[in-house]
Amino acid sequence: MTSFTKPLNTLLAAALLTSPVLVLAETAEEKGLAISKEAKARDTGWGDMQAEMKMVLRNKQGQESIREIRMKSLEVLDDGDKSLTMFDRPRDVKGTNFLSFSHAVGADDQWLYLPALKRVKRIASRNKSGPFMGSEFSYEDLSSFEIEKYSYKYLRDEACNSGTCFVVEQYPADKNSGYTRRQVWIDQAEYRMLKVEFYDRKNSLLKTLSSTGYQQYLGKHWRADSQNMVNHQTGKSTDLIWANYQFQTGLKDKDFNKNTLKRAR
Amino acid sequence: MKRATLYTTLLAAAIAAQPGLAAAGLADYELAGKVTGELRYFSQDAQFSDQSQTTNLSISVEPELYWEWNNGDDSLTFTPFLRLDQHDDERSHGDIRELSWLHVSDDWELRAGLRKVFWGVTEFQHLVDVINQTDGVEDIDGEDKLGQAMINLSLVKDWGIVDLYLLPGFRERTFPGADGRLRSGLVVDTDAAQYESGAREKHLDTAIRWSHSVDVLDVGLYWFHGTNRDPILTPQLNSNGDTVLVPLYEQMDQLGVDIQATVDSWLWKFEAIHRDTVRNDYLAAQAGVEYTFYGLQDSAADLGVLVEYGWDERGTRGGQNQNDLFLGGRFTLNDAQSSELLAGISHDLDHDSTSVLVEASRRVGDNWKISLDGRFFQSDTAVDPSYALRQDDHLQLSVERYF
Repeated sequence: MTSFTKPLNTLLAAALLTSPVLVLAETAEEKGLAISKEAKARDTGWGDMQAEMKMVLRNKQGQESIREIRMKSLEVLDDGDKSLTMFDRPRDVKGTNFLSFSHAVGADDQWLYLPALKRVKRIASRNKSGPFMGSEFSYEDLSSFEIEKYSYKYLRDEACNSGTCFVVEQYPADKNSGYTRRQVWIDQAEYRMLKVEFYDRKNSLLKTLSSTGYQQYLGKHWRADSQNMVNHQTGKSTDLIWANYQFQTGLKDKDFNKNTLKRAR
Repeated sequence: MKRATLYTTLLAAAIAAQPGLAAAGLADYELAGKVTGELRYFSQDAQFSDQSQTTNLSISVEPELYWEWNNGDDSLTFTPFLRLDQHDDERSHGDIRELSWLHVSDDWELRAGLRKVFWGVTEFQHLVDVINQTDGVEDIDGEDKLGQAMINLSLVKDWGIVDLYLLPGFRERTFPGADGRLRSGLVVDTDAAQYESGAREKHLDTAIRWSHSVDVLDVGLYWFHGTNRDPILTPQLNSNGDTVLVPLYEQMDQLGVDIQATVDSWLWKFEAIHRDTVRNDYLAAQAGVEYTFYGLQDSAADLGVLVEYGWDERGTRGGQNQNDLFLGGRFTLNDAQSSELLAGISHDLDHDSTSVLVEASRRVGDNWKISLDGRFFQSDTAVDPSYALRQDDHLQLSVERYF
């Protein structure tokens, strides 16, 4: 074999050197990664953020049930973000708070505060695919986007609501993910995620997420006012309605510990 | 409720003394809480005379009032609690679960008033949890606590959180009255309580605790000096010539440690205490593991499985969980109604007695929650503390309305 490979390598090297087109061409994987990196880069530097979220859960018959939560997040540049979530509705979970230190690689650190017992409980973070508060959003759907969490493949350009979109496929690195892949529509003008299709562990289409009402904050960061997740397999859906986005409110590392978890309102 | 009036007056004075408060006009005010109706059905006749009932109806209310000012750096929480019980006069009772002022600064917090503090990691026994007295008439699981007066300074450091406690005003444990079920054979005469300390319930207790999270570990370590929350119960004749149990509250020094390691889907838990009193000097521990199977059969449901073991150096002369094995399961559907089923078995390996607990609950609509619990006891050894409960198997239906 060696006698064949050596001349072949030489031939290839010669071909690459003489053909500049080949040098510049990136693979679909490289292009997918580059698009995702650009999307991430465009949203870095938000510092800290606070927002209110209302969830409207709808079952197949259209019956609604409401969830209300508030979130505080702190950007951590060399790792995953820190966040504190406060539950307001339904009333029986009011006062429950959730603290999360997410990590780009490895398990997140998560604590739950249970107000009836005044108890702080460290919980396992392996549960990526489980539903968040009975909704169609799983925990991984709501966690912060980190480049290391996926591998990528650019599929095509496609017309979408805001001009042209890149369609990129993302393959979760975490074996505990509920998905084999996600197909993401990112608009070429602003690199916003307009649509995501989720494929389950059997590689069947499970859910579609559509994000609308994008607004720009601090002249840089785009956030959707409304996100709609439809589960194609169960007919259930969940709307996320965001309100009162506030950026750079002065949150610091000290606002995210077990003491703040216990007293957050 | 005399106590309540005193604290309310003190609090009003404290609020009036806050200059910022009047200016802020108590703008941020919030009211929440719940009302619970509870029906118990006992499947067997009572073991002791006076325990007439086989069904018992009870209602409780626990509102929480909250005010904050100075942009949330100062806040006040008031949580009164009231229960009315159909049969047991001792279980019909009120308490102030919380009436406390919280001041938050950059790296410290000051918390003063009546409060509740929880320490620990295990599920079947809360060995290291010593700050608050158990509200024993509420339930037999020991998870209901009476508000404890305290001044608590909490310091946030890079190397963990340090909590310093001054605890004035000891609270006596509550016990079911003669008419109540789920009690010992002899009734506890709470009016005859005795103390080792000459200061009685006015002894000033102190505690210091350090807690920290490092990687997968959550660790807590504390020292407590003061009145032992667990009384020694001794049979005595009262003025009516009846034999009753008289509680004696000793002084104690206690070292406690709690550790949890959270690795993948595993939670490894360990709690231990060293308690030093005049009569006794002993070690006790509770340790176990919890594993959760996520997304059973590709559904949204989870199953958590728990195994714990309780040990007490004093053996059968001492605590209730001296050589006890605990098995539990928590099945959660993760549906919109938060339906869940909990089951636990505790088995005393010395006395060969067993108790079983099953709890099923779900939310109804936005503001209601309904639970059906069952508890079953089996014991053949008269010296076993759970022997007194062997005819108290019961089902309990609770309906909670949140507001």
